[in-house]
Amino acid sequence: MRRPTRAWDRSMNGIEIPFQGETLCALGSGALYWAARDLLIVSDLHFGKSERIARRRGTMLPPYETRATLERLEADLLETGAGGVLCLGDSFDDLDAANGLDGEDRAHLVSLIEGRAWHWVEGNHDPGPAGLPGEHHAELVIGPLVFRHIAEPGARGELSGHYHPKLGLPGCGGTRPCFLFDADRMILPAYGAYTGGMPATAPEFAALIGSPAFAVLTGAKPLLVPYPARKGTGRGRRRF
Amino acid sequence: MGVMSALPPIFEDWFSKRGWSVHPHQQEMLDRSDAAALMLIAPTGGGKTLAGFLPTLAELAEGDHKGLHTLYVSPLKALATDIRRNLTIPVEEMGLPIRIEDRTGDTKQTAKKRQRADPPHVLLTTPESLALMISYEDAPRIFAGLQRVVVDEIHALMEGKRGDQLMLSLGRLESLAPGLRRVGLSATVDDPEALAAQLARHPDPCEIIEADPGPDPDISMLRTEAPPPWAGAGGGYAVREVLAQVKQHKTTLIFHNTRAQAEIFFHKLWLANEDDLPIGIHHGSLSRQVRENVEAAMVAGELRAIVCTGSLDLGIDWGDVDLVIQIGAPKNIKRLVQRIGRANHHYNAPSKALLVPANRFEVVECMAALEAVRDHELDGSPRGPGPLDVLCQHIMITACAGPFDEDALFSEVKSVGPYAGISRAQFDDCLDFVATGGYALRAYDKWKRLLRRPDGLWQLRDPRSSLRIRMNIGTIQDADMLKVRMRGGGGKPLGEVEEGFASSLTPGDTFLIGGQVVRYETLREMTVEVTRRADREPRIATYAGAKMPTSAQLAHRILDDLQRPDWPELPPHTRDWLHLQREVSKMPERGRILVETFEHDGRHHACFHTFAGRHAQQTLGLLLTRRMETLGLHPLGFVGTDYATLIWGLDELTDPAPLFEARELREGLEGWLTSNAVMKRTFRGVASIAGLIEKNLPQVRKTGRQATFSSDILYDTLAKYDPEHLILRVTREEAMRGLVDFARVEEMLERTKGRVDLVRATRPTPLAAAMLLERDRVPVAGAGRERLAEEEAARLLKESGLAAFGAPNVAGV
Repeated sequence: MRRPTRAWDRSMNGIEIPFQGETLCALGSGALYWAARDLLIVSDLHFGKSERIARRRGTMLPPYETRATLERLEADLLETGAGGVLCLGDSFDDLDAANGLDGEDRAHLVSLIEGRAWHWVEGNHDPGPAGLPGEHHAELVIGPLVFRHIAEPGARGELSGHYHPKLGLPGCGGTRPCFLFDADRMILPAYGAYTGGMPATAPEFAALIGSPAFAVLTGAKPLLVPYPARKGTGRGRRRF
Repeated sequence: MGVMSALPPIFEDWFSKRGWSVHPHQQEMLDRSDAAALMLIAPTGGGKTLAGFLPTLAELAEGDHKGLHTLYVSPLKALATDIRRNLTIPVEEMGLPIRIEDRTGDTKQTAKKRQRADPPHVLLTTPESLALMISYEDAPRIFAGLQRVVVDEIHALMEGKRGDQLMLSLGRLESLAPGLRRVGLSATVDDPEALAAQLARHPDPCEIIEADPGPDPDISMLRTEAPPPWAGAGGGYAVREVLAQVKQHKTTLIFHNTRAQAEIFFHKLWLANEDDLPIGIHHGSLSRQVRENVEAAMVAGELRAIVCTGSLDLGIDWGDVDLVIQIGAPKNIKRLVQRIGRANHHYNAPSKALLVPANRFEVVECMAALEAVRDHELDGSPRGPGPLDVLCQHIMITACAGPFDEDALFSEVKSVGPYAGISRAQFDDCLDFVATGGYALRAYDKWKRLLRRPDGLWQLRDPRSSLRIRMNIGTIQDADMLKVRMRGGGGKPLGEVEEGFASSLTPGDTFLIGGQVVRYETLREMTVEVTRRADREPRIATYAGAKMPTSAQLAHRILDDLQRPDWPELPPHTRDWLHLQREVSKMPERGRILVETFEHDGRHHACFHTFAGRHAQQTLGLLLTRRMETLGLHPLGFVGTDYATLIWGLDELTDPAPLFEARELREGLEGWLTSNAVMKRTFRGVASIAGLIEKNLPQVRKTGRQATFSSDILYDTLAKYDPEHLILRVTREEAMRGLVDFARVEEMLERTKGRVDLVRATRPTPLAAAMLLERDRVPVAGAGRERLAEEEAARLLKESGLAAFGAPNVAGV
């Protein structure tokens, strides 16, 4: 993984989104940076997922997903220099998983929290404080924006996670986790290493996202596309 | 135990009443029935199965054996069912006191329970059902007293992991029933000794009996009015001629290399079938009921033809087949010979077969295959040692049956042919993986799968986990399949399609299944619902079923054939095509690499004619595009067939020779291997066999799709943080032998020794033109594609008209 050492340079790897009078920057990693509040927003980290699966099911997946997610988060913090972090729910695969974190992973996480304003918004997987430093919130309002794990019908200025949206471009390979947003709300992609995705074409999204709307596909270089992407326009599908 | 060399009189009477006599190899099987291991090699139709069973029937005729006497294992459920039927007839007519039952994945639960409590004398089963039986706590009781194990079609089983699993199961059975005798029944193979060594208890010997191979087959290429197409694999152009052949014969088997091709061909056959000849279809993705109906109709002699795949490759007795048609080049001489043998199921009568090449190049391949059959040349490559993922599963199965001692299990495994060479360290790795996950990070202290008890025996930490382990027994790796059902009918499923295919459907799309065109309506609870309102051309259903690469021996023959000055035996269309190739470019040679470059559709193309087989050609595609990427040639994608690799990109390739530096290619392989789709696909199979991933879960699959994530993520994580993990090592080894097939790349480099010819053509050459039409095009991730993806995103944005609607800014653009 690329490990940038330079200071945040927003011309390099982000897409600026005007949202409720604020400017939010969607990063290729799946994090969202709110420069005015110096806040990095990530959703659905699912720390401790492999431990929970071993406990509940007996299969022993590679126990490195927490480390992988933390390394990515650290890289984003270095790149943006963010002084605050907001985790938008399902940060832990369950509350026992928070206690079951490997010692090294836990120390790594605590080192990231220290010296930063850290907000844990609760999710359906982690409906309570996880015993780590930082503030716990059921949901959180900052300025014109409201942060909650699961989107609510009719909300305005809302940022949420939960659904793990993903989307592909016709003819450009597989799907990638993505941001979805219209003028009133934004749904963030899942940031955790062991997370799947729900196709942005699923009816769950149609019920929440109005029009006009956009998606930002994560990846080496984030891509902005209209949502839903219209089919059958232009020169047609080229064979790659 | 009664070992005898003569048949009891009651058998003699029964045989002579029907005017039958015992074949010499059947008598020899009786004579040597006390051998600890015995392998019979006989051509298809040589009465192999009866030869395997005669000693059992003779021994059981006395009626004093209690419990299980003979276990018969076959690769197909259908075969087990068929054998039971065939065996029951003589047993009933002679009034023998023998109970014969089958037990497969299709057997009802109540019957299975009864079989465990009160095993029959003869049990017919499959490797997977046997592995499951061995996992039961009462396995020692079920198998006590077992005398013989008969492995039918062992040549087919030992081509893959199912054979390795079966041999491990035999090792277990040997411990449960010491002194049990092993019998293998095989079609003609290139190396009988190697096969026998897999069956025997290592290091004991295995006796081999070779039956008379019988007369040479009557085999030729089908002449068609229309020439075969330039690319493709379906053989649809020959439907009328095939139908004419069906009319002229009593019963015809029409073999295809893949299930999808069988479906399409069957559909076309029906459209052309004006006389309404009764024709059926049979392949592994059809539902059990559909398959059983076809089998029953076939046995009753009600069908004139069956369109089929490998599911009918093996020795089911389908009555009076008098013609075998092979659609598509056979790819492998051995398999062709085995298929041909399905016609004229009478000993010592020649089999009749026709080959139908599916495209222009396959005409050449069929010609080479015909020569090979005439020359009695069989192909084959030696198998590697038994794979460790199968051993991991075997350790789990052993643990399900009860606590075990690791030293005893190790010596048991060492006695299994494919695992005879295993080291203690390798075994310990597998045991550690099963017990703890085997990670460099010791993470699962609390949740280990196996625990070592104070008395030194290993056992499951949580006995309930045996349920999940049993649900995932087996080594058959189909892609995730979804059942297909008629909407509202509530009836039996029609069959299965790949999940990936199902997810690409939109309501109204049509596809083929079981020979019907159906219309996709919706996906409900992981079942594809369809209706009969098919008002569009069918899309192609994609099924699991890997295409086999053309064997090295066959590829060499083709290259030699291409060097001939003329090909009088070929139809004019193909003959002219080859002459034109020689005129405008060159003929590929065994000892040289031919590279042709040309421009087409606004892209630069380079075609590498290296004849290394499909898998190696695809590997070559990945390696060459990688090198071209570093040379700044912006490759965009490639396609690999059995004979060549075609690469296209934004810039022209002018100096191909340096691309074939063996050392550079090998180094490229190292770097590339970790991050490619072939590895991920191989990993998925290995990880689910070894128990790292569970395909089947006790609850119904959830619809919350965001909860599941792909095994690719596990692969990437493991490769980054634990690159020497057992499962990755097994994956690398398997990919190198299988889908990567680097051995064939090495073989090609060895025979060409850096001799590269470049032909710069003004347009596609005759050989390369066919490549342009191939499917299975693989996109290359790189600078070229990133550029195109950005262009596509920008275009969508612009055309949506949203760009002016207070749209977000792309920073820096």
